[in-house]
Amino acid sequence: MEPMEEPKEEPMEDELEIIHAEVDSVLKRYESNPEKLIPILQGVQAKLGYLPKEAMLQIADAVQIPEVEVYGVGTFYNQFRLNPPGKHQIKVCMGTACHMTGGRIIMDSFERRLEIPEGETTPDREFSLERVACVGCCALAPVVLVDEEVEAKVRPTRVDGILLGFGMELPSANNKQKEEGREE
Amino acid sequence: MSVSGLKVEQAYQQLKIQAQQKLAGLQEKPYVLVGTATCGRAAGALNVMETFCNEIEKHQLDVKVLEVGCMGHCYAEPMVVINKPGFPQLCYGSVDEGIAARLVSDYLANDDPCFEFAMAALEPNDLFPTFSDYPRGVYEQKIVLTDCGLIDPQDIDHYLARDGYTALAKALDMGPDSVIAEIKNSKLRGRGGAGFPTGIKWETCKNAAGTPKYVICNADEGDPGAFMDRALLESNPHQLLEGLTIAAYAIGAAKGYIYVRAEYPLAITRLRTAIEQAREKGLLGESVLGSKFSFDIKIFQGSGAFVCGEETALIASIEGNAGIPNNRPPFPAISGFHGKPTIINNVKTLSYVSHIINHGADWFKSIGTPNSPGTAVFALAGKVVGTGLAEVPMGTTLRTLVYDVGNGIKDDKNFKAVQIGGPSGGCLPEPALDLPIDFDSLQEAGAMMGSGGLVVLDEDDCMVEIARFFLEFTQHESCGKCTFCRLGTKQMLDILTDITQGRGKPEDIDLLWELAEDIKIGSLCALGKTAPNPVLTTIRFFRSEYEAHIEEGRCPALMCKDLITYHIVPEKCSKLCDACIGSCPVEAVYTRPDMLKAIDLEKCVKCDNCLVTCLTLYQAVAKKSPPVVEEGES
Ligand SMILES: Cc1cc2nc3c(=O)[nH]c(=O)nc-3n(C[C@H](O)[C@H](O)[C@H](O)COP(=O)(O)O)c2cc1C
Ligand code: FES
Repeated sequence: MEPMEEPKEEPMEDELEIIHAEVDSVLKRYESNPEKLIPILQGVQAKLGYLPKEAMLQIADAVQIPEVEVYGVGTFYNQFRLNPPGKHQIKVCMGTACHMTGGRIIMDSFERRLEIPEGETTPDREFSLERVACVGCCALAPVVLVDEEVEAKVRPTRVDGILLGFGMELPSANNKQKEEGREE
Repeated sequence: MSVSGLKVEQAYQQLKIQAQQKLAGLQEKPYVLVGTATCGRAAGALNVMETFCNEIEKHQLDVKVLEVGCMGHCYAEPMVVINKPGFPQLCYGSVDEGIAARLVSDYLANDDPCFEFAMAALEPNDLFPTFSDYPRGVYEQKIVLTDCGLIDPQDIDHYLARDGYTALAKALDMGPDSVIAEIKNSKLRGRGGAGFPTGIKWETCKNAAGTPKYVICNADEGDPGAFMDRALLESNPHQLLEGLTIAAYAIGAAKGYIYVRAEYPLAITRLRTAIEQAREKGLLGESVLGSKFSFDIKIFQGSGAFVCGEETALIASIEGNAGIPNNRPPFPAISGFHGKPTIINNVKTLSYVSHIINHGADWFKSIGTPNSPGTAVFALAGKVVGTGLAEVPMGTTLRTLVYDVGNGIKDDKNFKAVQIGGPSGGCLPEPALDLPIDFDSLQEAGAMMGSGGLVVLDEDDCMVEIARFFLEFTQHESCGKCTFCRLGTKQMLDILTDITQGRGKPEDIDLLWELAEDIKIGSLCALGKTAPNPVLTTIRFFRSEYEAHIEEGRCPALMCKDLITYHIVPEKCSKLCDACIGSCPVEAVYTRPDMLKAIDLEKCVKCDNCLVTCLTLYQAVAKKSPPVVEEGES
């Protein structure tokens, strides 16, 4: 095991290998059929958690369609992500029922606690925060998906509970004030 | 009956008898059904199920625990049904681990049915009322929801034992033309939103030149706030498979797709299992039930784009492209998937098919209204007490739906509007409650029935904000092909955002109206054509709310964040309580020298926590609009 590494910009050599191997296996399953582009992208995302640029290049090459087209499909659909997700994925429902019963307040609470705006991942890659348009659980709104588990009737206090459950330390009154230099 | 018809009938009877024998064995002993559809799971059904299993083992009982779908009473999840020979089948609501343990020790191990936890009995008896003894049960008339929550969706024998797939066997004997004639005669209209006559669609496709033909089930359920299709897929997938297979037989298709929304993973899993089991039983695949008809179904997982619910965009998506709608005509029934004749029907539409084939067109027409026969399935959500699924005859009024079926508004608040028809629909006020709901009635009011999403709004809901919400949605989901839809909705969204943030101008209302008309005319598909509806209906019925925002910087519903501030009313606050302080995530609530509490407006992030916390104590936290700029009070 190596010691902690710096976050890296470009995928490393061994990471590239993994990407190529995973994409290969998905491509084989769908026989590089261009019509299966969406299932291929879904398959790759299921394996890698996102669609790396290298993967899209490799797919374009194999199914013989222009790279921009693969990219076009990848960006058209909300489900696909072009950046790696956090270890824990938090998706706040912003469907009608959830919105009207306080979904925005829940999103605000997560943004405040995680200190990232919606759509981003925390610098330590622990959490990513996204919105989702209705998971079909509207009767129990507002709803949050935490690593694919549905949390129903979420209040801002529950937001803290969810994060505490993952071992996140929430700023206590004193720390926060010290940080911001507001202590008398 | 023809010789081949006899063969089919025999093959079917054999499957059914086997299934019934298996189920009869189950009935002899006590069993527990736990509703583990998505709504049940969200409420904790899996933990409840585990408790049942553990306690049953502890008491060394011979009791089976089965997973079922959703009975529609989502407000009372997790729900459980217990069958014990000698007792009526009883349904229990809001079951937690404690209640589950009691039900095992008191009822299953002994003979006390714990009536204090029971909701209703499933059949009439001398001990406990049934669902039809409550208003919801009186007004509901179930066709497609009948078996939901009562059969194991992962075991085809449950469906077969209840006469499932009878309609398929019958259809194979009737012949395609008679099947289409029956559906046409039933006047079944598509439940995906547009209400197009299903029989005519099928006939057009059957007569269209070109092979092979395709059938596609639209399970994209894009309306954010609707969950009828999800519940049907998770609770009774075979009902849909049977309908889809009959549709394929009628038009002469050998291949079918079910396009399921990516956000519904459980539905996809249950559907997969159902398809496999149907194949094993010879109900799908080569020569269905021994007939000359072969048919198979594939699941296509959507990728989260609302516009893909539109049929031409959906086809583009299955073909591997970005889901961008195409001009119609030609309609998919003439030229669809791969340019071949294709029918696309909604989950509910197809789920009615087996019932119509079994009971006949006249039976179907005896329910509902002359132009919209049958029932309508609604997903009740928002500020209504009885959230969940309800199936009522077409022509039922919104008032019945909200007050009798849905049991009225939560927390004794005042009703304000129903949002019906999703992003294409509108918000209808109190007087519209007496409209009978069918495909045609709501159009006049500027809304539409849509696919069945119904969000109830109360006095705390801002009508400008909901209009903004829907515009944000359609703006984001516009595929960008039509300029008016792409740019017009953006402009409307900007204006609405300004209004909700206190920057509205007097001319904005007229401007919104004009833009709305342009977008309606200038858009190709129904996404753009109907996108302005939520704005138009809210202006029409709630104009004064727009004016309050624009002229006074005031949100009458106290919802728009930029137009409110939170305060603690000293007269109501208690010196002895500091629950609000504990609830505040940003230490904005403080104790004044006189021990009462107050809120530092600079620090307050308007998260609503203190208000909710105090609601059960002193109701001392209040919102004010227009916002108080400085700490003006004592
Ligand atoms: C933007 C848009 C979104 C749609 N979304 C859905 C949907 O999620 N589910 C659905 O069944 N129909 C949806 N429709 C309607 C379909 O285009 C089509 O009319 C329907 O699937 C036909 O089935 P039916 O005749 O059984 O109603 C949508 C239409 C538009 C314009
Ligand atoms: S609106 Fe949030 S689950 Fe449907």
